[in-house]
Amino acid sequence: METKNIMIVGVGGQGSLLASKLLGRLLVDEGFDVKVSEVHGMSQRGGSVVTYVKFGDKVYSPVIEEGEADFIVSFEKLEAARYIKNLKKDGTVIVNTQQIDPMPVIIGSEKYPETVLDEMQTKGVKVDAVDALSLASEAGSSKACNIVLMGKLAKYFDIPYEKWEDAIAKCVKPAFIDINKKAFELGYNN
Amino acid sequence: MKELMIGNAALARGLYEAGCAVISSYPGTPSTEITEEFAKFNDVYCEWAPNEKVATETSFGASLRGKRSACCMKHVGLNVAADPLFTMSYTGVNAGMIICVADDPGMHSSQNEQDSRHYAVAAKVPMLEPSDSQEALDFAKAAYEISETFDTPVFIKMCTRVAHSQSIVEKGERVEVTKEYVKNPKKYIMAPANAIARHPFVEERTQKLTEYAETSPLNRIEEGMGEYDFGIITSSTSYQYVKEVFGDKVSVLKLGIVNPLPVKLIRDFADKAKKVYVIEELDPIIETHCKTIGVDVIGKEKFSLLGEFSQKTISQAFELEAKESTVLDAKIPVRPPMMCAGCPHRGMYYVLAKNKITVLGDIGCYTLGSMPPLNALDMTLCMGASVSGLHGYNKAGAEETEGKTVCVIGDSTFMHSGVTGLINIAYNQSNSTVIILDNSITGMTGHQQNPTTGKNIKGDPAGKVDLESLCRSVGINSVRVVDPYNLEECEKTVKEELAKNEPSVIISRRPCVLLKYVKPKKPLRVNPDKCRGCKKCMTFGCPAISFRDKHAVVDNTLCIGCGVCAGLCPFNAFESEEE
Repeated sequence: METKNIMIVGVGGQGSLLASKLLGRLLVDEGFDVKVSEVHGMSQRGGSVVTYVKFGDKVYSPVIEEGEADFIVSFEKLEAARYIKNLKKDGTVIVNTQQIDPMPVIIGSEKYPETVLDEMQTKGVKVDAVDALSLASEAGSSKACNIVLMGKLAKYFDIPYEKWEDAIAKCVKPAFIDINKKAFELGYNN
Repeated sequence: MKELMIGNAALARGLYEAGCAVISSYPGTPSTEITEEFAKFNDVYCEWAPNEKVATETSFGASLRGKRSACCMKHVGLNVAADPLFTMSYTGVNAGMIICVADDPGMHSSQNEQDSRHYAVAAKVPMLEPSDSQEALDFAKAAYEISETFDTPVFIKMCTRVAHSQSIVEKGERVEVTKEYVKNPKKYIMAPANAIARHPFVEERTQKLTEYAETSPLNRIEEGMGEYDFGIITSSTSYQYVKEVFGDKVSVLKLGIVNPLPVKLIRDFADKAKKVYVIEELDPIIETHCKTIGVDVIGKEKFSLLGEFSQKTISQAFELEAKESTVLDAKIPVRPPMMCAGCPHRGMYYVLAKNKITVLGDIGCYTLGSMPPLNALDMTLCMGASVSGLHGYNKAGAEETEGKTVCVIGDSTFMHSGVTGLINIAYNQSNSTVIILDNSITGMTGHQQNPTTGKNIKGDPAGKVDLESLCRSVGINSVRVVDPYNLEECEKTVKEELAKNEPSVIISRRPCVLLKYVKPKKPLRVNPDKCRGCKKCMTFGCPAISFRDKHAVVDNTLCIGCGVCAGLCPFNAFESEEE
């Protein structure tokens, strides 16, 4: 099988770590060779963060370059646009419509590009947008956006629903399993 | 069981399985998790030392006593540990000793991108370089064997992509290794007569290690399927990029030992290829070796000295077809890292920036005070340099600078190498004001304990350095403590201490808001009837405050209710939710 590439992008502190842990766990259990790569340190302080998840028969490079991502899962609108050059032709962007202003916008030196998702669609990119924050709150925690987005992503894979639930159970603390399963379900069905 | 592990965790596992009993380290991205993961094993000793020199010497002491040991650091930390390193090369070891060093090409979280391989060459110490997590685990075991067989400390060199990428690892069992300690002055006392006698051993050892490198399985040739007539010599993460682009179509000499480099193996490999490329990040270490032994290779003329590589670097260099991608017209603002909402450093920086004070900075989260809108810093060099730099700046500037210049340094960085600079200020009496930004943790690297926190690496009670007493005992008479959430108190104290005609220390103390025991208060909100849109709060640079439709607004998912903005607002527009 040809290697599949998933990028998870967002703002430091949004929980991309759990999302990549979940994918890693699931894909190893499914018997794939897997590489997951992220950069720790500076990027955690509210900066732009990116995680690469790659799986297949044999994965070499841990990074995803321009035109290589089958999926970009973005926790924030602007961050989807930042990494769009990495999307493969025919790739899909799964995006949380939440808007988090970066410092240049906060201090008024630049404007937030409100219409980036429209521009992506105009240029033929498949955009699957969702208000993950509302669905996460509905599930019981605004912090569960990451799992809502994993629910969205799951629809594009042939891996059985129960396997995803098993992986969630393995990756989160027992007290949060139900909230996360609910968040996953809401992402999957909306 | 197969498990996904980051390279650092796999390396820690490898050290553990190989019988490592003592690790002493100083945190530094991207090396920190090696030590953190090792600390999770129960039947071993693991600690955070005040700096990398102490860590390396501690590790050496453990090896001398007969236990396999290691120390871990980032590339710039190795500069601090260089002193013991060069002479440990002469003494060699008793039980095996490994120095784990993690480079940061691309400077994700570093002040330079120096190439640690130079240290291996200069100190004549062997260096292994894994290219994924399984190799990180396996190489730890090989490194201890080399260390004891050849009587030398051994480097394991990581880089950001190997250290922080997860790949599949198979775990093994731990072995226990103990060597007897035998007094041996000729080997362990490096006074001139003994060191002179020891130097020939070092040179002979390099010869023997070179012979070992010729046939060691750590260096391997992967024969290509004949599609390309050139060959590639590479190591580390660059190997993965080469394989991603060429798969099995090209012959590759994959080097696991990057010092010393083999001679015959490289010549034989080159003889079979029409052309040979060397693909290595940062400096041309392998390339220069090849040219020295008379092998004609193509290296840095095609592959940059700068930054990280990827599969794209390689396809571009070989002029392969670029992959199609989408480009947007929209201008995408950058999103740099910044100090968190409620960060205690921000209050002190606000005061310093407001009073236009020159600020010599240091290494830590608080380096982010250099970003707009605070723009509070004038200099950042290396760990501890703020304090010693301030001393020199004031000695040169005298009255012109003394009342207008301070330095800022974090609690952990002050312990690492700031205190020696403060001793110099006290001893040679510069009229300098040192501000210790004490957030009671090593912040930037992800919350490690340090000598001022009163806890050890496992979070258990430990010795505690009292900063006030320490500063007084080295000869600073004026030592004051302020709360950086109290802007008025900070401003008054800074002005008073700068006006004094003696060295002084201000400890700006409040724990990092990300610490678990720091409980956030309810978020504030802006009363739009009171807010007149003067934007004074925007000069504070809090990421929780933004400006929409002529008013400030607070993001209640980020705000931790520190309330400092409320004190800044001339119109009392910030209100807590209870009101």
